[in-house]
Amino acid sequence: MKFTKLLTSAAVALGLAAPVMAADTKVGFVYVGPVGDGGWTYEHDQGRKAVVEAFGDKVETVYVENVPEGPDAERVMTQMALQGADLIFTTSFGYMDPTLNVAAKFPNVKFEHATGYKRSDNVSTYSARFYEGRAVQGTIAGHMTKSNIVGYIGSYPIPEVVRGINSAFIHAKKVNPDVEFKIIWAFTWFDPAKEADAAKTLIDQGADVILQHTDSTAPQAVAAEAGNVVTFGQASDMSEYAPFPRVSSIIDDWAPYYVARTQAVMDGTWTSMDTWDGIGPGMVGIGEISDAVPADVKAEAMALKDALADGSYHAFTGPVNKQDGSAWLAEGETADDGTLAGMSFYVEGIDGSIPQ
Amino acid sequence: MDLSAINPVLLIASLMVAATPIMLAAIGELVAEKAGVLNLGVEGMMIIGAIAGFATAVETGSPVFGFVIAAVAGAALSFLFVILTQYALANQVASGLALTLFGLGLSALMGQSYVGIKPPSTPHVNLGFISELPVVGPILFSHDFMVYVGILLIAATWATLKYTRVGLILRAVGENHDAAHALGYKVIRVRIIAIMFGGACSGLGGAYISLIRVPQWTEGMTAGAGWIALALVVFASWKPWRLLIGAYIFGGITVLQLNAQAAGARIPVEYLSMSPYLITILVLVFMSADRSRAPASLGRIFHASN
Repeated sequence: MKFTKLLTSAAVALGLAAPVMAADTKVGFVYVGPVGDGGWTYEHDQGRKAVVEAFGDKVETVYVENVPEGPDAERVMTQMALQGADLIFTTSFGYMDPTLNVAAKFPNVKFEHATGYKRSDNVSTYSARFYEGRAVQGTIAGHMTKSNIVGYIGSYPIPEVVRGINSAFIHAKKVNPDVEFKIIWAFTWFDPAKEADAAKTLIDQGADVILQHTDSTAPQAVAAEAGNVVTFGQASDMSEYAPFPRVSSIIDDWAPYYVARTQAVMDGTWTSMDTWDGIGPGMVGIGEISDAVPADVKAEAMALKDALADGSYHAFTGPVNKQDGSAWLAEGETADDGTLAGMSFYVEGIDGSIPQ
Repeated sequence: MDLSAINPVLLIASLMVAATPIMLAAIGELVAEKAGVLNLGVEGMMIIGAIAGFATAVETGSPVFGFVIAAVAGAALSFLFVILTQYALANQVASGLALTLFGLGLSALMGQSYVGIKPPSTPHVNLGFISELPVVGPILFSHDFMVYVGILLIAATWATLKYTRVGLILRAVGENHDAAHALGYKVIRVRIIAIMFGGACSGLGGAYISLIRVPQWTEGMTAGAGWIALALVVFASWKPWRLLIGAYIFGGITVLQLNAQAAGARIPVEYLSMSPYLITILVLVFMSADRSRAPASLGRIFHASN
């Protein structure tokens, strides 16, 4: 009893002391994987570090790793808000509804949800146009495959992932009409053993290029072991596996955005908005294309990247049909953001169905 | 759907690999539970084994030595559980959960400088022409040595529990520790050995993931394999051979569902994804229709004064 009392009073003392010690602004981050995953969460944590670097003592950051998507996320966010966070970044698609629920309870706390599409007065959304990077990957993949089978490890069947598959397929098909995609849904963002199994299965079934939309470097390790399989870094450069099997990568650069939004909270100018930036503004980076890729392919990929960056080319430009053969984009027409944001169909030529 | 894309020989060979980590961890836990100790720290001991084995293999260049150190590290972590539950008489469930959390954190710390490094590859057993035989060669005679170690451990555990005096004492301690104590058996000592054996096996299972199955080090890379191993022990109703079957079914359907997806099977992916869990449980529940049950003293704390 005495001990419990001691603990309680200690907790109270800490609670009282905290506001005195706290920095001006407290920023929370909710991560779906560990910061050491070498991919998605790693890059978000680099963004967090950039915030610390930019503001020094004026800002305090807290983060929680390995938060499952679902009710547990709500608990973590509530905890952060109660501890005095002014701004909370929730960095996975599955945190969408939990973020809105918690945001409704804490109207004075600002929330930023990555890759979602639901907003409110104190919830912004932000995402990167990863599909632009996928277009570059698809081009390289179409050229590099000898078996004409490209394996794709999907995480969850959400618009962001489906967009990536479509974009990669359209551009692979453009340079290699015989290309075929084999898609495995892992139903996880981070499970190295499962991702490795998926990569092995795809290789067993003839794939010699593996694209992944999961967060760990396990598929890279499997490809390295197999010897003649090409991979691409996902979310982070994954340059440990360069120059082969990793021949290029999509790099998410969240740092400028995180710094700007933290600044906005400090200045009191924060408003709810939707940010969706691509290669042009630098939110999506293309990692160095290694020498394992022939020079002409590399030049073609870089040209595509430049065209995407300056806006002269859109990754979804017609003519493109949906999987069932019905027309989607007419000749020269480009996809609007609304359709892209909710994309839940494959384009023509991809086998299989999207899990609903 | 193009099932011809699935090569059954490669499928069976890869299911044995997929099953080995959980099988190793589960056989260790089975021994601990047979001695009456419920150690929920399997996940923590696995991940410590994963990083310890990985780091050792990278530094020394010897995967075999890596596995040895992984077993030692797993056993060392389980010693923490020993101190908590056997000397301090703490609650086993809470101590086990604490062990898992501690193991995950400690491994992340230990592994800081090992991210993105390629481990030395583990040689596959090569029996000359036997490994070259069609079908049986790839399935039975050309795995890495740990696959065989796993099967041997199952066989050895089964034989020890069933036919030896040591096994009898272990089971007596697990069924009724007061009676075992009255007969003069050292209950605490037997349990300590069983817990540490469990830790060593979990360490091996973890190292199998980081050195062979993936192979690389990533934080949190066991991603719940320890919990599956724990469930497997229950559904195998504490019988070593059922454990082997359960692990192979689980590994097999995991690999099969990935293959079916890649081959474009017209089965909703949700069903494929849940199938390993569902089918393993169904088969093992069906098999345990006999009167097998948990060791009677499982999870109960023993103190000689009682």
